[in-house]
Amino acid sequence: MAYSEKVIEHYENPRNVGTLDKDADDVGTGLVGAPACGDVMRLQIKVSAAGVIEDARFKTFGCGSAIASSSLATEWIKGKTLDEAEKLVNSQIAEELNLPPVKIHCSVLAEDAIKSAIEDFRKKQAARKALSGGS
Amino acid sequence: MNLPIYMDNHATTPMDPRVLRAMEPYFLSQFGNAASRTHRFGWEAEAAVEDARETLARFIGAESGKEIVFTSGATEADNLAIKGVAEYYGSKGRHIVTTVIEHKAVLDSCKRLEKDGYSVTYLGVDHSGRVDPEEVRRALTDQTILVSVMLANNEVGTIQPIAEIGAITREKGVLLHVDAVQGVGKTRFDVEAMNVDLASITAHKIYGPKGIGALYVRRKKPRVRIAAQMDGGGHERGNRSGTLNVPGIIGFAKAAEILMNEGAAEAERLRQLRDRLHQKISAKLELVTLNGHPEHRLPGNLNLSFSFVEGEGLMMAIKDVAVSSGSACTSASLEPSYVLKSMGLDDELAHSSIRFGLGRFNTEADVDFVADLVIGKVSRLRDMSPLYEMHKDGIDLKSIQWAAH
Repeated sequence: MAYSEKVIEHYENPRNVGTLDKDADDVGTGLVGAPACGDVMRLQIKVSAAGVIEDARFKTFGCGSAIASSSLATEWIKGKTLDEAEKLVNSQIAEELNLPPVKIHCSVLAEDAIKSAIEDFRKKQAARKALSGGS
Repeated sequence: MNLPIYMDNHATTPMDPRVLRAMEPYFLSQFGNAASRTHRFGWEAEAAVEDARETLARFIGAESGKEIVFTSGATEADNLAIKGVAEYYGSKGRHIVTTVIEHKAVLDSCKRLEKDGYSVTYLGVDHSGRVDPEEVRRALTDQTILVSVMLANNEVGTIQPIAEIGAITREKGVLLHVDAVQGVGKTRFDVEAMNVDLASITAHKIYGPKGIGALYVRRKKPRVRIAAQMDGGGHERGNRSGTLNVPGIIGFAKAAEILMNEGAAEAERLRQLRDRLHQKISAKLELVTLNGHPEHRLPGNLNLSFSFVEGEGLMMAIKDVAVSSGSACTSASLEPSYVLKSMGLDDELAHSSIRFGLGRFNTEADVDFVADLVIGKVSRLRDMSPLYEMHKDGIDLKSIQWAAH
């Protein structure tokens, strides 16, 4: 399969590869996909007190399109509020990267990873609030 | 060094220049139709074809060129063998035995026959991809008319115990078809010594041209009959109608002749190159698994799984070398290789597999370049892999509830 130039560019120069401290209060982690399916994405966000995504990092096991989708996703959500980031949908990623139909699931995975990271962050916040409210 | 390096010789091989030179006159001056009986052009073409037939018969240990039926390639030969035998012997019995790791040309021909009321037993393979001949014996019934087993597998290169299977089918009076496409000329193959009754071969896997193959059909002890699947002018003793591809046939025979002379030395050279590639990679990378049989394997085949790295992603990274992968992402179905799965490999290891297929024109410099490239890129992709990080942190990946998608 021939890849689009944008996929190749992200694949060869992936943005924001790395790991944030998953135990930190201001970090949310999303781990989606399955090894048996051939793709696993881990996307992490670091959120400011104002609810803005200050940093985003990913690691992905998958094909070039999966790596490019996660790279693009981290690039796009950086600097956005959680509400804004949540509105990002897979078709935007698929369109930007010119993904062929057989690779659309890579963009779906990236959307899931963002949502999952946000959810994880919110859960942590809620747990912390509950904890501080109770003390 | 010319990049990209071609290391996908199971898919197809470049033509040997000697083959091209042998073919050339048959496009230009000796272009006759081998079926033309009324002039010299036809006679010359026919004589050349008959010579080629004899060469190809010798190539596979057959007694006579009359046992060679030319086809468009191995897919057609497999179809002709299986459907042709099923149709001809259908009144005798309607059961066929094959294996789960056959090429789709065999498997899908069998599936077609199942729709027509035949029953097919698909034998499994062990972890190295080998069929147990005793399982073949146990699968035979009084309804069995044909056993079809490949000589060597196209993905993992595992060589099947054809002689042992042939002894059983001969004893039981069942016909044996062998898809010899990947193994012929690279590992021992002799239809007489191995009691093979039908065999599919093709030119483009042995440095010959695309578009020409052959089906060996035994004429003696026993005389094997097939029902033609192509209607027309009755070429190839009525077994396969269609004007003969004379230049292709000449090239096919030349390719076979080269292997008869040089095949043993070439196999040894490829084995050494292949082992060099494997050793270099394994010396620098952890968690690399060999797929296939360590010994009973085609000399040019190296199928490796790189844990925690996805095969298609890796191929993109090593685009300076042309290889293939058992990763699902390379197929439209998103299912990983059925061959690797049949051998009991986890889906994730199947996704992480790369097939290196070394051939005649690969050099030691190619191997060294590819080894370094693979080592560098696998390391880079592992640094990007959440699974590798989890593995390093001591997390058992099997303990995680992954959401299938």
